[in-house]
Amino acid sequence: MVEILKTSSVGIVKPQAAKFEGPLNLECGFTLDSFELVYETYGRLNKNRSNAVLICHALSGNHHAAGFHNEDDKRAGWWDEYIGPGKPIDTEKFYVVSLNNLGGCHGSTGPISENPTTLKPWGNNFPSIRVKDWVETQARLADRLEIDSWAAVIGGSLGGMQVMQWAIDHPSRIRNAVVIASALKLSAQNIAFNEIARQAIRADPKFAGGNYLSMKSIPEEGLALARMIGHVTYLSDDAMALKFGRELRSGSFDSNFSDGIEFQVESYLKYQGKRFSGQFDANSYILMTRALDFFDLARNYNDNAVEAFSVAECKFLVVSFTTDWRFSPSRSQEIVEALIAAKKNVTYMEIKADEGHDAFLLPIPRYFQTISAYMKGIETN
Amino acid sequence: MRQDLTQILSWIKSGSRVLDLGCGDGEFLDELEKKSAIQGVGIEINQEDILLAIRRGISVIQQDVDEGLSNFPDLSFDTVVMAHAIQVVHFPDKVLMEMLRIGKEGIVTFPNFGHWRCRIYLAFRGGMPVSRFLPYDWYNTPNIHFCTVKDFEKLCAARHITIKSKSMIGGGKLSSFFSAIWPNLFAITAIYRLSA
Repeated sequence: MVEILKTSSVGIVKPQAAKFEGPLNLECGFTLDSFELVYETYGRLNKNRSNAVLICHALSGNHHAAGFHNEDDKRAGWWDEYIGPGKPIDTEKFYVVSLNNLGGCHGSTGPISENPTTLKPWGNNFPSIRVKDWVETQARLADRLEIDSWAAVIGGSLGGMQVMQWAIDHPSRIRNAVVIASALKLSAQNIAFNEIARQAIRADPKFAGGNYLSMKSIPEEGLALARMIGHVTYLSDDAMALKFGRELRSGSFDSNFSDGIEFQVESYLKYQGKRFSGQFDANSYILMTRALDFFDLARNYNDNAVEAFSVAECKFLVVSFTTDWRFSPSRSQEIVEALIAAKKNVTYMEIKADEGHDAFLLPIPRYFQTISAYMKGIETN
Repeated sequence: MRQDLTQILSWIKSGSRVLDLGCGDGEFLDELEKKSAIQGVGIEINQEDILLAIRRGISVIQQDVDEGLSNFPDLSFDTVVMAHAIQVVHFPDKVLMEMLRIGKEGIVTFPNFGHWRCRIYLAFRGGMPVSRFLPYDWYNTPNIHFCTVKDFEKLCAARHITIKSKSMIGGGKLSSFFSAIWPNLFAITAIYRLSA
């Protein structure tokens, strides 16, 4: 654990688990008899239980959003820059809850969990999960923690979709919706990238039709390739030029042999792919990308986002990033436009950032100030 | 509080939905929300200002008025306000028409360039007026579309815009008296309440 961060870090955190008995009727028609959610909390719940903030994670995220798991932990949680004492999501003021979504692979019930009927891992038989299902399970977690209403629900990308779903599924239980680099639904291009990623996984012989766990194999190469494709789309052209350019990692164009030549960007992608494939489950990845593809906030509201938002009672903060082409500013503007037409309170900020979609995870000053200013204005009494 | 804002306040009914074009740091909407229960939305392009508005708890949308307001539906607001901003937009006439499409009523304030000080400055110094209130030189000013009270009313007539009421602000008691009878020469700030 890096010493200097201790002052503004939530410190060492311990994940907790909540088991839920009783049927969960999923959108796909399947019913789960029970499920478990793993979550972390930072800060203290106040007397009125009115200062709770829910963090919804994106495609490859998990419950570990802030702090460290032990003294030797070198990597802080995925949004540590934003969550902690004195940080934009100030744990001196807020009680922050961050969970691993159902279908994930970091402790919550998902494809790597045991199917109680077969006593084998669910694998590719795990039911398909939609954003609406996540919101339902998150609401049950809120019940368990005796949180009637969230001061704010916050999420980027796929997380932002959960935030919008919260606003219309449980209007009285959310007071502020912070929707970052998200969209009302994916574009065809976006679904296409997800499908390429899924095909990369399925093409790996070790995937074994999704049955790899019972065969004791892991489709590492397919998963790594899927991540590499995703990673390219999360960065901007400029960000990659700046970070890697055409620098060589090894080899040289001076000799007649081009065999040993590797660009920095290749090496980086291979590293990212390999690291990810060691941490993530392939079936989970497919499930999460499917949830992204299927999300369409307005589907149950005559394909009219204005009608969908009309039931919302909360205030909204919508944020986008200039070079994000996977969830571009125009996608966020669609959200804002629908909210305006639905006569909701909405604030919109478009942040100048070179980092593409990845920007939503990074401490970019203007973005940092925006979240900070908005969170400061939230009343918790 | 600025005198023009006090006048605007008196024209806005409690419970209204108000859109403020070029809301700056949200001072006006903040006052309005405190004084009469309105639902305010601001539009602003300067992010420093937007941050200040967010801190006040004002809903503000980052948007360039010059790039259009087509994302706002017809008659989606009771009142659309533009205080001291019409002279900085590229197409004041188009913005005016948009204001009256989006709102049932529009309120516009602007510095009157027909004020006698401006005239004397130009007549005797031969240069574009620079003052405490208009501290810019011609080449770096954001104010690209100055007009006089007379000019503005001509535009309203040409576009069939109804002037429901107006109010002129002079420098002191005496000039306020004169600006009421001879606004084009004595008004420092002109305030108009308009409808389509």
